This record gives sequence, C-alpha cells and structure tokens, in this order.
Amino acid sequence: MTNLLLDAEALYGELKLGVLRLMTPDTVLVGIWSGGAWLAQRLNADLATGRPVGTISSTLHRDDFGERGLGGVEAATSLPFEIDGARILLVDDVIASGRTIRAVVNELFDYGRPASVELAVMVDRGGRELPVSAAFAAAKLTLPATQRLSLARGTDGRFTFAVKETT
Amino acid sequence: MLARRNPQLNAHGELIHLLSIEGLPRAILTQILDTAGTFLSVNDRDVKKVPLLRGKSVFNLFFENSTRTRTTFEIAAKRLSADVINLDIAKSSASKGESLLDTIANLSAMHADMFVVRHSESGAPYLIARHCAPHVHVVNAGDGRHAHPTQGLLDMYTIRHYKKSFNALTVAIVGDIVHSRVARSDIHALTTLGVPEIRAVGPKTLVPGDLREMGVRVCHDMKEGVKDADVIIMLRLQNERMSGAMLPSAGEYFKSYGLTEEVLAHAKPDAIVMHPGPINRGVEIDSRVADGAHSVILPQVTFGIAVRMAVMSILAGNDA
Repeated sequence: MTNLLLDAEALYGELKLGVLRLMTPDTVLVGIWSGGAWLAQRLNADLATGRPVGTISSTLHRDDFGERGLGGVEAATSLPFEIDGARILLVDDVIASGRTIRAVVNELFDYGRPASVELAVMVDRGGRELPVSAAFAAAKLTLPATQRLSLARGTDGRFTFAVKETT
Repeated sequence: MLARRNPQLNAHGELIHLLSIEGLPRAILTQILDTAGTFLSVNDRDVKKVPLLRGKSVFNLFFENSTRTRTTFEIAAKRLSADVINLDIAKSSASKGESLLDTIANLSAMHADMFVVRHSESGAPYLIARHCAPHVHVVNAGDGRHAHPTQGLLDMYTIRHYKKSFNALTVAIVGDIVHSRVARSDIHALTTLGVPEIRAVGPKTLVPGDLREMGVRVCHDMKEGVKDADVIIMLRLQNERMSGAMLPSAGEYFKSYGLTEEVLAHAKPDAIVMHPGPINRGVEIDSRVADGAHSVILPQVTFGIAVRMAVMSILAGNDA
C-alpha cells in the first residue's frame, strides 16, 4: 500500500535529472551502501559517464557502533580511483538524521583529500540531527520516526520503496 | 534444566568473549573471516586506522611471554583506535604473589574494556571471563595446551584466501600435535568449517592414536601424511620436547618429519605451506620450503592482524 505513495522508478527519473545538473566533466559518483550504491551504479551507466563508480560504507565510522555492533560486513568500501583532488558526488536513497553522511565523509577522508563532496538523494525525509544537507533531493516528505523507509531492487533491476514500522 | 550456555556467547548467541573455537557455530567463524576481509583493506588507505574502538582500553595480559602474538594484538587494537596497555605480568604482580583474580580486579578498576590473555595454564581465560565485569570482553591469546583461537582463525582465513572453500580439502597438520594449542584450535575450526580430511602427522610420542577421537586421520609416516594434501600446516617443535624422552634429536626429527622439497612433492602441485611461527629452519622445515613458492607463512602474519581486528571489533559491538 505504502509502496504506491512513492513511485521509486519515477523518483529515479527525477534523481537522474538532478544528478545530471550537478555533474561536472570530472565528477565521480560514489553510492552509499546499499541503496545508494545501486542508484550510483545505474546512474553511472544511464549517464554514460565513462568513469568508474565507487561504493562507500558507513560501517567503520558509525556513531552507534556501541549499540548496533558491526552488522553486515558485506558493506565494504570500494573507491577505484584517486580521491586526492577528486570531485565527488555522493548518492543515497534516503537522508534523515544525517549521521550516515557524517560517517561516510569520515570514511572518504581516510582515502585522501577530495576537491569537493556533494550529495544527491532520492528522498529527504527530514529529521536532521546534524548540519548536513543534500544538494538535490528528488522528493521531500515527512515520515513518523517509527517508520523506516528503504529502497529495494528487484531481480529486473527496477526500484521500489518499502516502508516498515519499527518499534 | 536449561543447558549451560557457552560462556563465549550472550543470550542472543552473539560472541562476547573469544576463548576457544570449540563449540562456536560455523556462522560465527564465517562472520569473523568475512569481517577480517573488510579490515584487510584498511591497509590500502592513506589513514590505516578506523575509530571503532576509540576511547576503549585494551589490556594485553601476557602471563607467558610471546612478543610476536602480543605485537600483532597491539597493532590490531591500535588500528581500531583503542588505547593499548601492555602488561608483562610474567615479570610483575604474579611474581609478587598476587592471585590472578586480584590482578584482574585491579586492572578492571583501571577501566579496562578488553583483556587479551596469554597464560601457561589451560582455562585461565575462562576464569577471567567468568569473574570480570559484564562490559569487559576477554580474548584468549593462547592458554596452556588448550586453545589459541585467533591463530586458528587466521589459519582458516589463510586457507580460505588461497583455496576459496573448505569442503573438498585435505589438510595435514605436522609435528607436535599433542602439546599444541594451535593444532587443537585448527582441528576444531577445520571440522566446523566442513573440511572432509584432516590428518595429524608425526611420531607416536607427539601424535597419539587417541587423536582419532577428534575426527582426524593419524599418520606416522611423513610422505603418506602429506600425500595429495592441499594444505600443510607445520607446527613449531618446542625445544623443551627435545631434551626429554619424546624425541631423539633435532637432526633425527628433521630426517623423519621435516618438510623438504622432496617431501612437499608428494602434496598437490598447488599445495600451500603454513606455519604459526617462529620457524625452526632445519628442524621442522627446510629453508627452501619456508622461503619457496608454496609458503604462505608471511601472508599468515598479515592476515593475523586483520583477523584480530575482526575479533576485537565484533566483541566490542556485542553486549553481555
């Protein structure tokens, strides 16, 4: 039911246009694991950048490690290009508190000193707890804190959004 | 009556202490190996440090000397941003007559978060795990003849790295099996991970027949023992075994059980040769093999740091 409210494929089309406007000739896309990584891979192909695409994980810099533990270890960072001096466009499915972005920026700087870092997301659901903002959001909406919004990718590569109640 | 819970696991089945590989489910061993893979890539970064243990204090308690193992734990903890305190207990409180538990109580009062324990008595890390504060984690860095779980895990990481999977392997462990905590940990890990053939190779005094109870094939002939093996794990021959009635001499031992190129030719062409170090050249292993193309002894050391980072960070993320 809630999936109908957010047409992920339509939002992907919006995101693609937004990302295209933010791209410079040397921008590299880096997707935040896991949803953002799927988006970045598809964007990189659809926009035919001709450059490699990166994946970045927040796992090793999370501020809630003490409560959550390590979690999934499949979330490894892979940045197959030089970070020093790079123009990086981070891509994620959802931004809320901004804590994932803080962790990811720390992770990125472990690999070098980029020239600039921007962020594009599919959905900005509000609830920021840190001074972080996205340069582009395909949709802005307000969701109750108890609802978790996450992107899913079907076997055909198409995206859907799922809303889960958390307790 | 409820079955007594494994002291290494919390009520959710998560790892809170690493005391022995025996009794740990395959899923936890795999989680540790997968996590170690993530940490291995930390070496490729400009900043070779991640903040998972920032603000935590790791105490290395070495009641028995081992510079190498202590150093790898120290590097692992520092790469995780922990504060590391090395206590060479062999030379301090224990020699003044303080009991083990009093030592632990004092160190706990110094706000320790993790104890890495090496002790000559089997079971000492269990005793510490039972009596330390609930938030404190204990890692066994070798206790008596009992277990050396991080060595076992780094051996498994090494095998998986080169052989990709465990389910069709023949692994020969050669040398002083009966006194070796490394061998015991390796055998438990190999069994849990599904290795179909594990061989224990060595003289009758060091490889007794009752090892068969652990599910291993016992071989007293070296060539037969390494025949068609995918992995050969050589054990260090401890000098003190040489003086007793267990062995005639280092030279005699090398003739019968030393790993030479000629012996290695009986193993699979792509066999790997492992050793927990430090190696005794010319006693259990020939230099040409130790430095040869089949040897993965130095990669083992590198993998050992990543495996210890994995163990410490998994423990630190789980509550009692």
